[in-house]
Amino acid sequence: MKKIKILGMGCTRCNQLADRTREAVKELGVEAEVIKVQDIKTITNYGVLVTPALVVDGVVKIAGKVPKSEEIKKWLEEERK
Amino acid sequence: MLTPLIQGGMDAFLDYLSAHVLACLVPAFFIAGAIGVFVSQASVIKYFGAEAKRILSYSVASVSGTVLAVCSCTVLPLFSGIYQRGAGVGPATAFLYSGPAINILAIVYSARLLGLDLGAGRVVGAILFSIIIGLIMAFLFRKEEKEKVKQALDLGIPEGGKRGYALLIYFASLIGILVFASQKQWILTGISFIVLFSALRVWYSKEEIKEWLLATWGFVKLITPWLLLGVFVAGMIKTLIPETLIQQWLGGNSLQSNLIASVFGALMYFATLTEVPIVKAFLDMGMGRGPALALLLAGPALSLPSMIVIVRVMGAKKAFTYIGLVVIMATATGMMFGHFFT
Repeated sequence: MKKIKILGMGCTRCNQLADRTREAVKELGVEAEVIKVQDIKTITNYGVLVTPALVVDGVVKIAGKVPKSEEIKKWLEEERK
Repeated sequence: MLTPLIQGGMDAFLDYLSAHVLACLVPAFFIAGAIGVFVSQASVIKYFGAEAKRILSYSVASVSGTVLAVCSCTVLPLFSGIYQRGAGVGPATAFLYSGPAINILAIVYSARLLGLDLGAGRVVGAILFSIIIGLIMAFLFRKEEKEKVKQALDLGIPEGGKRGYALLIYFASLIGILVFASQKQWILTGISFIVLFSALRVWYSKEEIKEWLLATWGFVKLITPWLLLGVFVAGMIKTLIPETLIQQWLGGNSLQSNLIASVFGALMYFATLTEVPIVKAFLDMGMGRGPALALLLAGPALSLPSMIVIVRVMGAKKAFTYIGLVVIMATATGMMFGHFFT
């Protein structure tokens, strides 16, 4: 089971990232939980300075940008092997 | 009661669309998109590290809002990061104060709608006073700062973006279009366009151009609905609040008017750019230009929701010191501006 975290304080782009990630999870059929992290201290502790950011299994994959669906899928599939 | 209110909102709305005020924002949107795609955020953020020279940290903090704060969702996390893991309370608060006030869209829009003096006052006021507030904060809390463990500021984002000539000429031509078009210098605007297209052809790939256009469109989609809502609300304010009230509380350039404006600005939440049409409505109803600047300076920097976050990051003592400083500084800047420019 993958743990996916969306870091962001509720801005439009953060919601966009959350939606895109949920879609990707559904399309791939990966078992994963998607959690939104809105607490600023937790976000800072990830070393993220610009939101939105995507964290997969504790690793920050991208920050400050909403990635394309294909990129999200790539990250989701990476560690499946 | 309700009908004239909606009527007021609608009138402002239509007036706005027909007045081509938004036209000035078009080049600014393109510049904002370009900044988002081609300027490396990492190259700016490295000046906020714990090891960075203090003078550099402060100066970069005071102006980097133009590059980093096009969207309000970047300001608070970055502030928290600089404070907890980077250069500390001084540069962090300097960035927090100036960041939201000096993004390219806000500057262009303020200058166009409220007048060049207020636009420039907003930029200069935000830059100067952010450094002063930062230095005061760093001085007041210098003891606590020393005890804080210095952690390296992990950027978390890759270096990237374009460098050198390609970037310089590209941005110069964009700014050229913005400035010359607003002055109706069509020949110079045309030359800027030619330079822009040549630069794009020579140095930029199709992919990059596409990314730029997408980012630009992203900003348009993000900001326009809020802006139109702001215009609508500004129209309703005009109908709802009697002019005498505005003149009494916010008119002239007294200490009271400036203070009320800055406290009001500090408490109110303004979505990106909405402060501008609202200040415009107040100005039309008799608000002084000094208090207008006070509101513009305190407004985007603070709001009730952002205060909660700031308290969470720095603790109540530092947060309220900061809030107090912002209100005082905004009031003082407003009074000075009102004194010289009215």
